[in-house]
Amino acid sequence: MTVSSSRRRFTASAPSWLFAAPALAVYALVVLYPAVSGVVYAFTDWSGIGQDMSFVGLANFGTLLGDDQAMGSIGNTLLLTVATVAVQNGVGLLLALGVHAKLKSRALLRVIFFAPVVVSPVMVAFLWKYIYNPDPSAGLNGLLGLHVDWLGDPSVALWSIAGMVVWQYAGYSMVIFLAGLEGVPRELHEAAMIDGAGTLQRFRYVTWPLLAPAVTINLMLSTIGGLKLFDQVFAATNGGPGYATETLSTVLYKQAFVFGKFGYSTAVALVLALFVAAVSLVQVYYLRRREVTA
Amino acid sequence: MRKTFLLEIVMIAVAVAFLFPVYTLVSLSLKDPGQISRSPLALPDPPTLDNYGSAWTAAALGPSLVNSTVVTVASLVALIALGSFAAYFLARVRTRLGYGLYVLFLLGIVLPFQLGMIPLYELVNTLGLIGTHAGMILFYTGIQLPFTVFLYTGFIRALPREYAAAAQIDGASHLTAFTRVVFPLLRPITGTVLILNAVFIWNDFFTPLVYLGGSGFETVPVSVFAFVGQYVSQHGLVFAGLVLGAVPIVVVFLALQRYVIKGFASGLKG
Repeated sequence: MTVSSSRRRFTASAPSWLFAAPALAVYALVVLYPAVSGVVYAFTDWSGIGQDMSFVGLANFGTLLGDDQAMGSIGNTLLLTVATVAVQNGVGLLLALGVHAKLKSRALLRVIFFAPVVVSPVMVAFLWKYIYNPDPSAGLNGLLGLHVDWLGDPSVALWSIAGMVVWQYAGYSMVIFLAGLEGVPRELHEAAMIDGAGTLQRFRYVTWPLLAPAVTINLMLSTIGGLKLFDQVFAATNGGPGYATETLSTVLYKQAFVFGKFGYSTAVALVLALFVAAVSLVQVYYLRRREVTA
Repeated sequence: MRKTFLLEIVMIAVAVAFLFPVYTLVSLSLKDPGQISRSPLALPDPPTLDNYGSAWTAAALGPSLVNSTVVTVASLVALIALGSFAAYFLARVRTRLGYGLYVLFLLGIVLPFQLGMIPLYELVNTLGLIGTHAGMILFYTGIQLPFTVFLYTGFIRALPREYAAAAQIDGASHLTAFTRVVFPLLRPITGTVLILNAVFIWNDFFTPLVYLGGSGFETVPVSVFAFVGQYVSQHGLVFAGLVLGAVPIVVVFLALQRYVIKGFASGLKG
């Protein structure tokens, strides 16, 4: 007993803060300092060259409100996010339910559906740029016998981008849902079956409530990914046709590195940061409340 | 049993449809321009490997594979070392300051990198690290630390303190207790950290585009981007380049697929 009590006293000594010092230094240099400066630059007219810069108050945000391209990009970003979140998670859930069943090919199917996740989004976008070929004999048109200008028609292009994002990441949602499904105790299903519950009822009243943590994670991941979407748009359409697929990330990139408006670009980045932070907080708050444990 | 059989047929059909883009990618990369315009959907007849040879040289994929490997491996080593050490402190400390520091790290998961992109560019430029491996390694280590610290801290908190304590009673310092006793116990979460960060760093496009563009130290996605821009209408050539660029990570994925899928399912970020 004396040994255990002396050991307890011993464990009370925490490691020195020096353990965290190198990580903190790198983190402060690469993330914290630039982010804080970014907030400051958002209120200046800095051009990115030299030290010439003056504080312009909220002028960048005023410009933003009157900037059709940037305002349009906010709408596009939100539409893209809602579309990808809904479809990617819907498809991901169906795939998860499918490969969760005792199929002979389940291991292979999982690998197939997940594989695009590990490939660079830029490369996936280039592949899909061809799949979305306007030529009626090639790509998706050729396969489906359609004649759609998937990326060239301004009313279709945004949804085409959403389609390629869903294709690439549905497998990601799938594996998170699968992890959730594997955590649902078999006994609960058996008990519900004995009580006469059908497949749909068992899903609704047994599986679905217990999937809540997986739903939370999936919705957060896909929402944040959708809001920050850059690579796919940049590679497939570069925001076009016109400004039809411009997102917050492509606008802030162009404002900085094409037009040299660094101050304005960071103002757009700040808006994006606020969207991401707001969504994260709302999701954590509301989705945690409906989580139950098995 | 009949029900699973039907479901199996449906799922296989879905998988076949899902693979259509992959079929397009591979079959076009094996066709000459004539075949591509005549019969874009058919199987290559006869298949040719010419595109691969031309793409390998035209895209300069050799050097960018080396660059990607150097940047990814060095960043992973730094992330695992710095992240696990910091997490050991954050998971064991019981002061308010320690908790505040943990929250400060978590903030980095939510902040979009774009917010600090331009000041960071300026900073990296001042340090003379634009267009260098060191700049990229520093960047990825910083940007991925919050997530790495988050994963390690959660894992260490669930680990009994007695392991390290026993080593310390035997006279080991915190440093020895950590490196000899605790760190080896972290293997499962180190695997997750490794996989998620490796996929992110290897595939990242935005950062090397901004920080390495035109430097000769370009990583695979940037090289492929430049290559595609140059040969945009030669689909066979472009697709051979895409296949070559994707092969390393796909091979690693197939070799380690169980761990990769588990890592993604347990991690939080993509």
